[in-house]
Amino acid sequence: MSVMQPVVMMQGIVKRFGALVASDHVDLDILPNEIHALLGENGAGKTTLMKILYGLYQPDEGHIVIGGQPARLASPAAAIAHGIGFVSQHFSLVPTLTVAENIVLGYEGGALLDRAAMIASVTDTEQRYGFRVDPNALVRNLSVGQQQRVEILKALYRDCRVLILDEPTAVLTPQDAESLFETLRDLQQKHLSVIIITHKLEEVMAISQRVTVLRQGRVVGRVNTAETSPPQLANLMVGRNTVIVTRNLDHQISPEVALTVDGLRASDRRGVAALRGVTFHVHAGEVVGIAGVAGNGQSELVRILNGMQVPEGGSVVVSGKPVTLGDPRALSRARVGRIPEDRLKGVVGDLNVTHNLTLERIDDYTRAGHLDHKSMRETAERLIHEYQIKAKPYDLARTLSGGNMQKIILARTLSQRPVVVIAAQPTRGLDVGATEYVHQKLLEQKERGAGVLLISEDLDEIMILSDRILVIYEGAIVGEFSAANATVEAIGLLMAGSTARQQTVEALS
Amino acid sequence: MIDLDFIAALIGATLRISTPILLAGLGETIVERAGVLNLGIEGTMLLSAFTGFVAAQLSGSLYVGLLAAVVTGVLLSLLMGLLSVSLGLNQHVAGLGITLLASGLALFAFRLLYGGASTPPSLDDSFQQIPILTGTPLEPIFSQYGLTYLALLLVPIVAWMIRRTAFGLRLRAVGENPEAADMAGINVYRTRYVALILGGALMGLGGAFLSLAQLGAFSHGIVNGRGWVAIAIVIFGNWQPMKVLAGALLFGGLQALQLRLQAEGLDLPYEALLALPYILTIVALAIAGRNASYPAALLKPYRREG
Repeated sequence: MSVMQPVVMMQGIVKRFGALVASDHVDLDILPNEIHALLGENGAGKTTLMKILYGLYQPDEGHIVIGGQPARLASPAAAIAHGIGFVSQHFSLVPTLTVAENIVLGYEGGALLDRAAMIASVTDTEQRYGFRVDPNALVRNLSVGQQQRVEILKALYRDCRVLILDEPTAVLTPQDAESLFETLRDLQQKHLSVIIITHKLEEVMAISQRVTVLRQGRVVGRVNTAETSPPQLANLMVGRNTVIVTRNLDHQISPEVALTVDGLRASDRRGVAALRGVTFHVHAGEVVGIAGVAGNGQSELVRILNGMQVPEGGSVVVSGKPVTLGDPRALSRARVGRIPEDRLKGVVGDLNVTHNLTLERIDDYTRAGHLDHKSMRETAERLIHEYQIKAKPYDLARTLSGGNMQKIILARTLSQRPVVVIAAQPTRGLDVGATEYVHQKLLEQKERGAGVLLISEDLDEIMILSDRILVIYEGAIVGEFSAANATVEAIGLLMAGSTARQQTVEALS
Repeated sequence: MIDLDFIAALIGATLRISTPILLAGLGETIVERAGVLNLGIEGTMLLSAFTGFVAAQLSGSLYVGLLAAVVTGVLLSLLMGLLSVSLGLNQHVAGLGITLLASGLALFAFRLLYGGASTPPSLDDSFQQIPILTGTPLEPIFSQYGLTYLALLLVPIVAWMIRRTAFGLRLRAVGENPEAADMAGINVYRTRYVALILGGALMGLGGAFLSLAQLGAFSHGIVNGRGWVAIAIVIFGNWQPMKVLAGALLFGGLQALQLRLQAEGLDLPYEALLALPYILTIVALAIAGRNASYPAALLKPYRREG
C-alpha cells in the first residue's frame, strides 16, 4: 500500500465560516481502490471537507493534488473533470426529469438531445457496473434506494474515479444498506476509490479499509480499519468515553393507557393517502417507538399529534378523553407535550430565550393585558438552570446551537409535566452529548409516569429507548415488537415492506 | 351579421391582437422555466416600443427600430439578471422596479423628444401586412404582419428548444432544482442569464410590434397591461409554449370580439365590453391555474452556501 501514489491528496485545508473553523489544517489522502471512511460527529467538518473536494466550497488555505497534479476546483464542473463524483445526503436530482435526463444533465454530448443515444449510453453505463434502473422512469416516482442508485450512476456516467457518498445509509433500511455496500465493494473491484462519510461505527468496520476521524474540524486519527475497534473509534470521535444511556429494566409500566390513536387516516400535501388507518396505544410510563424509513407517514402522524393537521378519519384519546384534532391548544389543555420534527419550527428564532420558554403559556404571564416580564424572566432563569441551556435569558433563539434550541423546547414542554410526550426525530442533527441529554430526559419522563411516543428514523435510537417498537410502512403499522424480542434484521425487513423488499432484490440483481 | 367574412375578419383580428402577448408570453415562459419571474415585462415592452419607434424614425429603417427594441429588451433583462440572479434580490421587487424604471424612462424621454404633442407621433411608413392567399375568402385571416407569422413560428421552436435541446434540459433543471443542476456541473447563473436574454429579446419584439406594426405610432398607454396579461397566460398555459399560444389566442379572440361588438353598436356600456377580456382571462386563469405546476424554483434566488 505504501508505495502506491494517492489518487487524491488534500493538504493543509482550512475553511472558515465567520468565526467557525470548519476545516482546520486537514490532510487527507485517498489511495487507488480503497474505501475510505470519514468518521465524525455532526458538525465535525466531514461534509465541508468533501464539498471542498467537489468544488462547492473554496478553501481559505491549503491545496489539492489529484493524480499527481495540483488541481484548482472552482466549481463542481471542475471537480467532475478531475474524476470526482459526489452523492450528497439530500439527493441532487430533478424530480420532474427522467432517470436518463438526470444522468446526462450537463454532459448531454451535443446541443440537441438525442433521446435514443442518451438512453443507449445510460444503459451502457448501467450494464458496465451492473445496475438496473429504468432510464425512462421519472425520478419523482422512484423509491429512495433507487434514487440513490441514479445518483451513483450519474457519477459513473461522468467517469468518476473517486466516488464520495455523504451519509448514504441514513435513508436506507438495513437490508438496502447492505446491498449498497455490496455495490461499493463491486465498484472497488472496478478500480474506483470510494470515500464514505458516516457517523456510524459499524459501517466503518463493515466497509472501509482505512478511517480518518474528524473532530471539530481537525483530523484526530487515521487508522487501518483492520487494526482498530469500535470503542477506539468512538473515543477518537467524541474525545471521551461515551456513556450510553440504559433503560431501567425494573421500571414498571402502568396498565393505564395514556394515549390511544384509533384508525387515523390522512393524505399528504399532494393528496396521496399517507396514513391508512393507524391504530396503537401508549401506556403511562412506557416509551413506544415508531420505526420506519422516512416518508412512510411519520410526518403526517406527527403533524396530527401536534395539532397541525386535521385527519380524514380516526380519533385520538388522551387519558380517556377524546381530543379535538387540528387545534394545538386543545392538545396543550389535554397535557400533550410536543417535541416537533423540525426544531426551527418549534422555536421562534427572532424572539429571545425567555419569550420562547414562556410562549406556550403566555396567558399565565399576562396581567391586565400586558406581559409580566419579571415573572417571565424568573421562569426563564429557572428553566435555563434546570435544563443546562447555554444561553442568557435575552439571547435571540436563532443564535443558539441546535442542541440548545432543542433544550429550550424540552424545557418548555417538559416543565409542564405532560401526561403524553410526542417526540419526533428529537435528536436529528445533534452531537453525541446533546443526544445523550435528550435521551436521558425522555427516559425521565417515562419514569415519572408519562407515556412517551418516539417517532424516529434512527433505528438505534428506537432500540435504545423503547419498551415497545411499532413499524410503520406506507401509512400503516405493519409490526410490533417488545424490547426483549426486537432485532434490527426483523425490524428492517418490515421497514422495507415485504413487496418492496422483493423489488429491491430485483433491482440489484 | 355572422357570416364567413365576419368570422374570417374576427380570426384575422385575433391573430393580430394576440401577437404582442404571444411574443412576450413566450419570452416570459423561457425565463420562468429557468426559475425567474420577470415582472419587468410590462416596462420592458413599453421602453422597447419607444426605443424601437425612435430608432426607426431617426434612421428611417424599421429594421433598425426592431433591433433597437430587441437590444432594449436584452439590456433590461441583464439588469434583471444583475438584481435577481447575481445579487439574489427578491424577484417581485426587482421586476416591479424595472417596470417602474423603464416606464418612467420611456415617458421622460418621450417628453424630451416630442414635448406635449397632442396627437401621438406616428411613423410615415410602418410595417405593412403581408397577405397570402389573396383573393380567397380566407384573405383576412392570412393578411398579417411579418412579426405575427414570426410569433406563430416561434411557438413550436421554443417548445422544441425546451424539450429537445441540451440547453432546454439545463433550463428545466435550473428552474426545478438549481442545487441539483449545480451539483451536476451546470452553471446556474449563466443558464438563467441566457434565459433572461432570450426572454428579453422576445419581450422587446412584443413591444416593437405595437409601435412599428400594429399602431405605427407611440403613445403612453401603448402597452396597456399586455405584459401583465402575458404573465397570466404563461400560468394559464402551464409553462408550455403550445398552451401559452392557446391562452394568447383566447385573450386576443375575446378582445377582437369585444371590439366587433362595440362597432356593431351592441346595447351595452362600452366599459363593460372593454373589461370583458380581462374578466374572462381571470376566470380562465382561476380554472386552469388551480392545477398549475410551477417550476419548483420559481422566485428562489440560488445561492451556494459557504
